[in-house]
Amino acid sequence: MKSTLLLGTRKGLIAYHFNNGAWSAENTSFEGIPVSIAYADERTGAWWACQDHGHWGVKLHRSADRGKTWEEITAPAYPKGAELKDGAPATTRYIWAMAHGGKKFPQRLWLGTDPGGLFISEDGGNSFELVESLWNHPTRKEGWFGGGRDQPGIHSIVVDPRDENHVHIAISCAGVFETFDAGKTWDIRNKGMKAEFLPNPDAETGYDPHILVAAPSSHDILWQQNHCGIYRSPDAGKNWTEISENGGPAYFGFAIAVAEDNADQAWVAPASSDMTRTAIKGSLCICRTDDGGKTWKTQRNGLPQQNCFDIVYRHCLASSGDAVAFGTTTGNLFFSPDRGDNWQTVNNYLPMVYSVQFTD
Amino acid sequence: MPTIKFTYALKRFFPELKAIPAAGKSFPEIFTELDQQYPGISSYILDEQGSLRKHVNIFIDGKMITDRKQLSDAFTSGSEIYIMQALSGG
Repeated sequence: MKSTLLLGTRKGLIAYHFNNGAWSAENTSFEGIPVSIAYADERTGAWWACQDHGHWGVKLHRSADRGKTWEEITAPAYPKGAELKDGAPATTRYIWAMAHGGKKFPQRLWLGTDPGGLFISEDGGNSFELVESLWNHPTRKEGWFGGGRDQPGIHSIVVDPRDENHVHIAISCAGVFETFDAGKTWDIRNKGMKAEFLPNPDAETGYDPHILVAAPSSHDILWQQNHCGIYRSPDAGKNWTEISENGGPAYFGFAIAVAEDNADQAWVAPASSDMTRTAIKGSLCICRTDDGGKTWKTQRNGLPQQNCFDIVYRHCLASSGDAVAFGTTTGNLFFSPDRGDNWQTVNNYLPMVYSVQFTD
Repeated sequence: MPTIKFTYALKRFFPELKAIPAAGKSFPEIFTELDQQYPGISSYILDEQGSLRKHVNIFIDGKMITDRKQLSDAFTSGSEIYIMQALSGG
């Protein structure tokens, strides 16, 4: 298990460190400022804080010393004249995803934003440029729309470690897109998904993958928690199969995590329907599959089972070795040392949690 | 020269911030000056398309500007220009 938990929260970046069998707070930065994504670049150890100031706009900060000091980096900006739709100027409204570009491209970083722009840096994050090919994709203006946020947003960036120009992204609401040339061209990968909320459920775009992840041990196996169930793809997104639990809690939710050592083992954090978005019947659970989604096991030991309203946002469930952790909308942070069989409370009094990452 | 004054909230990010006179005759000129003195400050007040951020206001001699997109409201060499934040959030 990696020994640091990095949290983005509604009131700042918070880091916990595991020492002598217990988690303790190591760092709090940007107190009071919403941090939409707290991200550790495993290549360099740099920490990033993607900030969403209510007043002063989206900001980006980087730390080389585990949050002791921070440097402000110019935030991703849409070029002059970029438009959401004809006549509506585009500005960066939120950073919703961050990923490093892989070991072969040590200076490359990706950012996903609301209103739907993907940004790339080739200089270690000192500057970011809009990926124009995706922004100018013929489906964007008519076939993408807001889901979870007012405008379309890129919340998932999955870089293939075998070929780091091969990247999947996921957009709410548009769906899954794939590039083999670091963003010069894109293919839509929505085959097999449902979009029950659309007048045409088989549309080319408009799907709502809440989060997309790849199995670390077998990168062609992709998983997603979608607005309309849980999906798995055995072939890098060319075909999706729904694997929701028939009649059980594993259906609606936002987050998903896949075991590092087992491409068939994954966790989801079920929520009540999209009508209420609360813990199901007031009790919190995680569901785990060990067989690629054929069956699901509900894990409740140590989690609140009454009067609970917590749900888990899309970037807030993470695994590392045997460990699993998640943060909730009401500021609870839970940790399991044994793949979800038993849960421990790390803190009940955090701000709303926006992101959780295990790092060294 | 108009005088530019700022909400105290911006001092968190620009600790040396204080009211200053500006030579600019338009808002774009003033923001160029401000960025020279406080690098990056215009990105806190304006978005990348040059419009005033949603929860920021500018007052000229006590009157809120009306053109939040182009910032074309007129001011004089004796004006006081006050940049403030909306009292919103939670």
